Amino acid sequence: MDPMPPAAHTRPRFSATFDPYTISEIQRAAATGIYDIRGGGSKRRLPHFDDLLFLGASISRYPLEGYRERCGTDVVLGTRFAKTPIRLRIPVTIAGMSFGALSAQAKEALGRGATAAGTSTTTGDGGMTREERGHSKTLVYQVLPSRYGMNPDDLRAADAVEIVVGQGAKPGGGGMLLGQKISARVAEMRDLPEGIDQRSACRHPDWTGPDDLEIKIEEIREITDWEKPIYVKVGASRPYYDTALAVKAGADVVVLDGMQGGTAATQEIFIEHVGLPILASIRPAVQALQDLGMHRKVQLVVSGGIRNGADVAKALALGADAVAIGTAALIALGDNDPRLEAEYEKLGTTAGAYDDWHEGRDPAGITTQDPALAARLDPVKAGRRLANYLAVLTLEAQTIARACGKSHLHNLEPEDLVALTIEAAAMARVPLAGTDWIPGRSSF
Amino acid sequence: MCGIVGLFLKNPALEPALGAHLAGMLGVLSDRGPDSAGFAVYGAGEPDHVKLTLRMTGAGDSRPFVEAFAAEIRMPVQVTQRRTHLVISVPSDMAEPAARAIAARPDELQVVGTGRRMELYKEVGLPTRVAEDFGLAAMAGTHGIGHTRMATESAVTTAGAHPFSTGPDQCLVHNGSLSNHNNVRRVLLREGIAFATENDSEVAAGYLTWRMREGASLGEALEAALSDLDGFYTFVVGTESGFAVLRDPISCKPAVMAETDDYVAFGSEYRALAGLPGIEAAHLFEPEPATVYAWQRH
Amino acid sequence: MPVVDLAATSRRALNAMLHALPPDTNETHWQVANPEGGHAIAAGLDAPVTVEIRGHVGYYCGGMNKRATIVVDGNAGTGVAENMMSGEIRVKGDASQSAGATGRGGLLVIEGSAAARCGISMKGIDIVVKGSIGPMSAFMAQRGNLVVFGDAGETLGDSIYEARLFVRGAVKSLGADCVEKAMGAEERGLLAGLLQRAGLYGAASPDEFRLYGSARRLYHFHVDNADAY
Repeated sequence: MDPMPPAAHTRPRFSATFDPYTISEIQRAAATGIYDIRGGGSKRRLPHFDDLLFLGASISRYPLEGYRERCGTDVVLGTRFAKTPIRLRIPVTIAGMSFGALSAQAKEALGRGATAAGTSTTTGDGGMTREERGHSKTLVYQVLPSRYGMNPDDLRAADAVEIVVGQGAKPGGGGMLLGQKISARVAEMRDLPEGIDQRSACRHPDWTGPDDLEIKIEEIREITDWEKPIYVKVGASRPYYDTALAVKAGADVVVLDGMQGGTAATQEIFIEHVGLPILASIRPAVQALQDLGMHRKVQLVVSGGIRNGADVAKALALGADAVAIGTAALIALGDNDPRLEAEYEKLGTTAGAYDDWHEGRDPAGITTQDPALAARLDPVKAGRRLANYLAVLTLEAQTIARACGKSHLHNLEPEDLVALTIEAAAMARVPLAGTDWIPGRSSF
Repeated sequence: MCGIVGLFLKNPALEPALGAHLAGMLGVLSDRGPDSAGFAVYGAGEPDHVKLTLRMTGAGDSRPFVEAFAAEIRMPVQVTQRRTHLVISVPSDMAEPAARAIAARPDELQVVGTGRRMELYKEVGLPTRVAEDFGLAAMAGTHGIGHTRMATESAVTTAGAHPFSTGPDQCLVHNGSLSNHNNVRRVLLREGIAFATENDSEVAAGYLTWRMREGASLGEALEAALSDLDGFYTFVVGTESGFAVLRDPISCKPAVMAETDDYVAFGSEYRALAGLPGIEAAHLFEPEPATVYAWQRH
Repeated sequence: MPVVDLAATSRRALNAMLHALPPDTNETHWQVANPEGGHAIAAGLDAPVTVEIRGHVGYYCGGMNKRATIVVDGNAGTGVAENMMSGEIRVKGDASQSAGATGRGGLLVIEGSAAARCGISMKGIDIVVKGSIGPMSAFMAQRGNLVVFGDAGETLGDSIYEARLFVRGAVKSLGADCVEKAMGAEERGLLAGLLQRAGLYGAASPDEFRLYGSARRLYHFHVDNADAY
């Protein structure tokens, strides 16, 4: 009989519940007494577009020839009431990001890149800068609860107006901009003292609810003489109702931002635990538009985790008219560039994980108001990188659309998709691959 | 999310015109609530009789029901039909058999309100149309409340339209959005309050009915609502002899009131009050947050 | 003098006429009849003209006004003079909630009282209220001056930044980070100037007012102040 093997040491075992990150968060909270604040959107694994696949054409459907046969990408936003709708060459727009959160150079680069690609940019919580107006052919002006820098001249100088009710990273929450980023210019634009921690409101100061929103929209139309499309942006949480109510209140365009959508600075707990992933949000919003007979009449722009042309094509196939990008656009400008690794290390992080956008120490010069750091970003070169990236997104989306036999991106349909997981099938309301099963299909 | 109105007359000379004024007020607020509309009017009541306002959900012909019903309770039944609604008046001691007879016809009839004096009408469609269809302008009464609805989370159906009534001669209209109505509904269900919809406003109505059933006055019930109902609300409430207004502590939703020697009027916006007689000289004010305003007829 | 009757002309047509006025227009005095509580009347003006509105107005009267003088001979609904940039708006009756919200310049005079949230998020506007103001007024007030002859409702100046609040009557309660401050010669002079501009000099002496402003304790997050956030 073999002798009993000697007793081995128990190997250290980490708890799945109290994993090392969780433990470090408890320790950090105990030491500081303040919640963790960071930039960006949800970092956890969420059901996403990756779990959907397109059914390319073969015998039953005929594909279009890549590069030779036309596949249109243009989109018109704001056709319902506005005298001058927005016409874009590509269905990928730049989401609202504030001057304050971003440097003036970054705002200029966004304008340059978007304009070269034939699409629009959006202001943000902090007013309109001359850099972005000057370099954006099509600029959407946001009206936010804080109304920082709000100005009727800028309203009239904009091409469209976006009333922001919420954003995907924090539906129901207000804005934040910490003192490190309230430079003299940011403070002046926002009518705030320099260097303070700014906490902005979560509700608009002069309206709440759809019945009052309707009156607010009417006022903005009056001020802009019914020329400009009025968008209403909501963070995804009850997309069916919110979309329906935005339409009833008179919106020309509904912008729906999923929880992967970024923010300049918000509590980590808010980012990770409030709202819906964009995959789960598009179909209810489209359903609301269809129920009201307004699909394609009121346009739907979706955002939150759009990374490549497949994501664009999938969002459009699920019924969106266009997408918006924020985080991806910043990465294209130069955010989280591995060439800056040494500097990220000094900040206690690593390229690819840097999210302390609120601290204003961005080595890439994007999420900062430090003049020396901001000067590192060359708006011309960064704009060029963004234009390149937008071109790739578009080419990729066209590649997929042609393979599905579509001569225009907007002809993609939910029936062109299948899902790899039951979750994705239920959320996107497309069949699980290889079956005709759409889990949980019922009306709202 | 909506427009709400209320009118409580102090001067009996205005009573024949109550409906006309209420219809005007309701029509003005159509754009705050284009989905549906409803109103309750406290008119004449016969001694020892109860009025049941019924909505016909099936075909429009009420005669077979009325005949069967009269036979069932062995006495002639007084019926007034206004479009989809029937108001039947029965002796008070016949109220229960009447309710049973109606309950036996769930596919045809639904009780929308009962009371000695209250009649309650609601329907989907533009408020001006709804008021016209029911002939509101010709109705007389001492007080009334009305509502135009922009549905938020519950369906655009007649059942989801306001006012909500969950007790005799009691009804409520609401502008806002409650945030804890599901929990409150569960508590009230256990207390025996019945609900016909998933609507948050019906929970508020049921809550007041429950409090008053437990012995609270209308004012006390509204006081208690301040701590038990969460969210955003402006309520206008009617009882057989009373009329009350309550706004939540934050009071984001608009509310304007006008008081003269002749009446007390409520509107979500001033526009709704602009056509009232003597409005130029009225005392105009906005109800304070978390403050109960109540008027009683003597 | 052009008179526009809103019973016969649409609000859209009125605003379009007012927006089309050149800076050197000779039509400098307008009258508007039968407003009947309508919304966005005389919103978005940008010309040195006077618009007199005979009756009550609804939401957002004179919204985002620049340079124009607007007189409401009646009550004003929600958000009168919201985000005003310059010019003057005078309400002869009462104002509903959020009067002067986010205003960045100009003068708003309310001869009656103002309801809740008067001067919410104000950013440089001057507001003078001859009556009282409702609860939650001057919430997050950033810049500018609010003068109140009567009383102020609950939580005056909650989370206030650098705006100054002058109140003659009682203050029901102060909001987080709002405190009474000593009034020096500078503030007294400023207040006198405001009363003058509002045409109310002599209606009260600057000495009768008390000054409230930011304690600046919430300007930087501190764990011991967490309850106030």
